[in-house]
Amino acid sequence: MDAKILDQLRAVVGPAGMITNDSELLVYECDGFTIERNKPEVVVFPNDTAQVSRIVKICHQAKVPFLPRGAGTSLAGGCLPIGGGVVISLARMKRIWEVDSRNRFAVVDPGLVNVWLTNQIKSSGWHFAPDPSSQGACTIGGNVATNSGGPHTLKYGVTVNHILGVEMVLPDGEIVMLGGPVEDSPGYDLTGVTVGSEGTFGVACRSWVRITRNPHGYRTLLGVFETVDDATEAISGIIAAGIVPAALELLDSLILRAVEEAFGFGFPLDAGAVLIMEVDGIEAGLDEEASRIEEIAKKARAREIRRADTEAQRLLLWKCRKQAFGAVGRLAPSYCTQDGVVPRTRLPEMLRTIRSISEKYQIKIANVFHAGDGNLHPILLFDERDSEQVKKVLDASTEILDACLSMGGSVTGEHGIGVEKISFMPKLFSPADLGMFARLRKAFNPDGLCSPGKMLPTAGACNEAGHVHTDGAHAPNKPGRRAAL
Amino acid sequence: MTAAATKTPLPLAGCTPADGGNPLGANIDYEYFMDCVHCGLCLGSCPTYVETGNENDSPRGRIYLWRAVADGRAELSPEAQGHLNLCLECMACETACPSGVQYHNIIHSFKKDMTRLAPPAPTVTALQRFMLFNLTPFRDRMRLALLPVRILQMIGLGGLVRLGGKLLPKSLRSMQEIVPDLHAHHNLPEFLPAIGPRRAKVGLMLGCAQDAFFPQANLATALVLQHNGCDVVIPKAQGCCGALHAHAGLDKEAATLAMTNCHVFDKALGGLADCDAIINNAGGCGPVIKNYGHMLEGGDCTKEGSLFGKKAKDIMEFLAELGPVKPKYPLKLNATYHDACGLAHAQKIRSQPRQMLAMIEGLSLRPLNESEFCCGAAGSYNITQPEMSNTLGERKAKNVLETGAEAVLSGNVGCLLQMIRHIRDHKPNFWVAHPVEALAAAYTGKRPVGLRKNA
Ligand SMILES: Cc1cc2nc3c(=O)[nH]c(=O)nc-3n(C[C@H](O)[C@H](O)[C@H](O)COP(=O)(O)OP(=O)(O)OC[C@H]3O[C@@H](n4cnc5c(N)ncnc54)[C@H](O)[C@@H]3O)c2cc1C
Ligand code: SF4
Ligand code: SF4
Repeated sequence: MDAKILDQLRAVVGPAGMITNDSELLVYECDGFTIERNKPEVVVFPNDTAQVSRIVKICHQAKVPFLPRGAGTSLAGGCLPIGGGVVISLARMKRIWEVDSRNRFAVVDPGLVNVWLTNQIKSSGWHFAPDPSSQGACTIGGNVATNSGGPHTLKYGVTVNHILGVEMVLPDGEIVMLGGPVEDSPGYDLTGVTVGSEGTFGVACRSWVRITRNPHGYRTLLGVFETVDDATEAISGIIAAGIVPAALELLDSLILRAVEEAFGFGFPLDAGAVLIMEVDGIEAGLDEEASRIEEIAKKARAREIRRADTEAQRLLLWKCRKQAFGAVGRLAPSYCTQDGVVPRTRLPEMLRTIRSISEKYQIKIANVFHAGDGNLHPILLFDERDSEQVKKVLDASTEILDACLSMGGSVTGEHGIGVEKISFMPKLFSPADLGMFARLRKAFNPDGLCSPGKMLPTAGACNEAGHVHTDGAHAPNKPGRRAAL
Repeated sequence: MTAAATKTPLPLAGCTPADGGNPLGANIDYEYFMDCVHCGLCLGSCPTYVETGNENDSPRGRIYLWRAVADGRAELSPEAQGHLNLCLECMACETACPSGVQYHNIIHSFKKDMTRLAPPAPTVTALQRFMLFNLTPFRDRMRLALLPVRILQMIGLGGLVRLGGKLLPKSLRSMQEIVPDLHAHHNLPEFLPAIGPRRAKVGLMLGCAQDAFFPQANLATALVLQHNGCDVVIPKAQGCCGALHAHAGLDKEAATLAMTNCHVFDKALGGLADCDAIINNAGGCGPVIKNYGHMLEGGDCTKEGSLFGKKAKDIMEFLAELGPVKPKYPLKLNATYHDACGLAHAQKIRSQPRQMLAMIEGLSLRPLNESEFCCGAAGSYNITQPEMSNTLGERKAKNVLETGAEAVLSGNVGCLLQMIRHIRDHKPNFWVAHPVEALAAAYTGKRPVGLRKNA
C-alpha cells in the first residue's frame, strides 16, 4: 500500500492504532470461516466515530477497499479482506454510552461484546435479547451487520427487532444517524435496511438498542429421544398446541458426544437426540405450560424428561448448547458449520437427506439446531490438511443447501451470506430481486469499496444483476468469490 | 484456498535459529494446533485482547501466529514475538474454549524456543533476572533480602520504603513496589499434630515467595489443617516448587527443584505413599506441582514425581474433599473473592474456597465483577510486562473497590502482592489476604494480623 496512505491513516489513529507488519497482518486473513483467506494490507483500530469517518474518507479518496471487523466470529467469511486494503477493527470502541431503562434502550459502541451489555444491566432486571451462541465474544456491531439470531429469538425476535437506530459512517465517510431512540420515526426505515447488510452499506458505529425485561421465571426441560424423528414430532406437537417456547433446540447424538466431553453435563450418550425446551414469562402458568410440553414430548415417545432444577443447572445446559459448535473441535481438526432453513414440518425429511449425504461423501455430519424455526446447523467434520476432504465438504455443503432450497427453505438462517454463500444468491432470488439489491447497495456504496465481494454475486463497481455468476459453491477462485474485484 | 497448512515444517524465512538446532515451533506436537477451530469464542475472556483489541494479543491470534511460524508461513518478527510474550499464561482461554484447546502446551512450546534461542527480553534487566531466578526460589535468601524492608516497616517507616522506591533505578522499582507490609516471620516446626480426632496426615509446602511475603498465610494454613484433624509435616529442607522456572521455559532448572522436593518430602513423610496429601496454598504453584509427574518423566525420579503430583492438593480443595470441621468463632467481615488464574483456570478450583468461607459466621462474600479476569500478576509478569500488568492491576482494583467490601481474599501469593500494590493507592487499610487467614481466625478466635480495626 502507498506509504502516503499509511501516513494519512497513522495521523488519524497514531502508530499504536494500526498494524502493518506482515506476521501480524496474517492473523486478520480470515475469521471463523477459514477456507478462504487473504491478508489485508493494514489494520486500523479507531477509538471513536470521528476517527472511523476520517479513515473511511482516506480510503474513499485513495480508492482503497476497506472492511469493518468486529470479533471475527463470522462463519461465512464476512471479514475476508478481498483485495487486501484496510481492515477497520472496531474492537477498541466498546463503551456503553447510556442505559435508559425508563425508555427501554441503551446506546452502545459497535465493538461492545454482546454479553457485556447484558452483564452490565442484568442486576437491574434487564437484558439484551439477541443471544447468538457466540455472544461471549461477538460484538453488537457484528450482530447489527449480520442480523444475528440465537436460541431465544424464537420468542423474542432477531437483532433487527431490537435495534432502534444506528449511527453509520457511509462509504464516503459521511456520518448519518438512521432511526434513533424514538420508536416509529417517520421516513424510510433505513435502520431496518441497514441491519443485516453485512458491512456493505458502511460502518455501523453507535447503536440505540432495545433492552428487554428479564422474565420472572423459566422452566427448562431436557427431553431425551431414541430417534431424531421422535424429537421432531415433539417439536411439531409443541408448536401445534399453540405454545410459544422461549427456545426449542435439538442436538443429535454426535454433537451430544462432543458437548458431553467438553462440559460433562450428564447427557445420555446412547440417545438419538435431545431437545432443550424452555418456556419463560410470569411465574403463574409456567408450571402448567411445562407440564403440557412434558405431556406432548411423552406422546412423541420421549424416553426421559429432565428438568433443570436450579439456575446453575439451567446455565450449564445453555452453555452446552451455545458452545456446541466449538465443542465439535474435539471430534475433528476442522469443521464447517452450515446454516440452512426448512419449513419445520420437513425437518425429519431434511435430516434423513443429511444422513444420506454424509454417507455418500463419507463425511461425518453432526446436527444442532434451532428447531423451533426450522433453522438447522449441520456441522461437517474434516481435516483441513487434506484437500480431498475439503472438496468433499464443500460439495456436501452445496448438496445440503440445495436440498433446503428444494424443500422451500433458505441457505442461511442467521450466519449471513458473506463470501461463503454468495453463489447461492441467484438460486434464492430472481434476477429482478438481485437487481434491486444491487441498486440499493449502490445508493449506499456507489464505488463498491466498502466490503467488496460480499453479499451479492458481483461486487465492486460492476454490481449489476446481469453479471451474476452461478458457479458451484466450491470455486473460490472463480469470479463472484474472491476474485470479485 | 490459500496455502493449506502442512505438517512438515517448511524452511524458515529469516528465523533460522542461530544455534542451528530445530526450526522454531518444531518442538510441538502439531495436533495441539489442530484443536483450534478458529471460532473466536475465547476472545472475550482474554485479558490482553480485551485491553488492546488486537487479535494478535488474543488466544486465537497467538495460536495462529505460532502455528504460522511453525509452518514457515510467517516470520517471527519482533512484533509477533511481542504479542506472544504479552500472554499472561492465565489460561482463561482454556476455560472459555469449547474445543478443548490445550493452550498451555502451545505457549510453552513458544517459551521453550525463546529461552533456547533468544537472549532474554530487553525489559528484564540482569539484576531482575538474578532476583527472579536466583533469589525468589530460595526461602532463606529471599527472607534475608527482604530483611531491611521488614525492619523499616516494623519501625513504621514502611512508607519511606515505598517512597524510596522512587529513587531506585526504574528497573528495580517494579520489583520493589510489589513488596507488601511484611509480617513477623514464624519459623514453623517440622511437625504439628492434629487437634481433635486425627483424620489425615499431610505434608505442607511453604513456597518461596509465599513464605517470604506472607508467612502469616503459611502459619494459618498449618493451623487450619490442625483444626481439621491433620498431622502436618513441614520439612525444613524443602525448596521452590519450580513454577517460576517452568513458566519461563527453563524446564531443566524446574525439574531439578521438583526432584529436590520429591526427595525431601519422601524422607520427611516416611514415604510419599504414606501421606494423604501434600498441601500447597499458592494457586500459581499448584498446577506446576500437580504436573511433577510430567516434568520428571524419563528421569531417575519418575515414580516419585508422578506420586507427588497425585498427592498435591490446594488447601481449599483438600479441605472441601476431606469434609471440613465447622469453625467455632465468628469473623465479622464484608469480603469479596478474586479467582486466582492458577486456581480457577488451571485447577478448576472455584467453588471450594467459597464453600469454605461460607462456613464462617459473620463473613459475607460479595460478588466481584470479572472475578476470573487475571489481575496482571501472573508470575513474573509484573516485571517482564510492567505496562500491561499495571493496566490489569488497576482494572482489578477498580472492580474490587466497586464491590464496597472491606477485604479481598485470594488464594495466590502473586495476586495478593499485585492487589496490595494497586489497591493500597486508593485505600491504604484495605485487607488483602489469603482466604486461609480468615479461616484460621474463625478456628482460633484470633483476629488476623493484617486486618486493621478501621479497615
Ligand atoms: C461458535 C459460533 C457460534 C455462532 N452462533 C451464532 C448464532 O447462534 N446466531 C448467529 O446469528 N450467528 C452466530 N454465529 C456467527 C457470528 O458470531 C455472528 O454473525 C456475529 O454477529 C458476528 O459478530 P462479530 O462481531 O464477530 O462480527 P464479525 O465476524 O467481525 O463480522 C461479521 C460481518 O459483519 C461486518 N461487520 C462487523 N462489524 C461491523 C460494523 N460495526 N459495521 C458494519 N459491518 C460490520 C463484517 O464486515 C462482516 O461482514 C456464530 C459463530 C460462531 C463462531
Ligand atoms: S482457542 Fe478455542 S475458543 Fe479460541 S478460537 Fe481456538 S477453538 Fe475457538
Ligand atoms: S493465557 Fe490468558 S493472556 Fe494468554 S492467550 Fe490465554 S487468555 Fe489470553
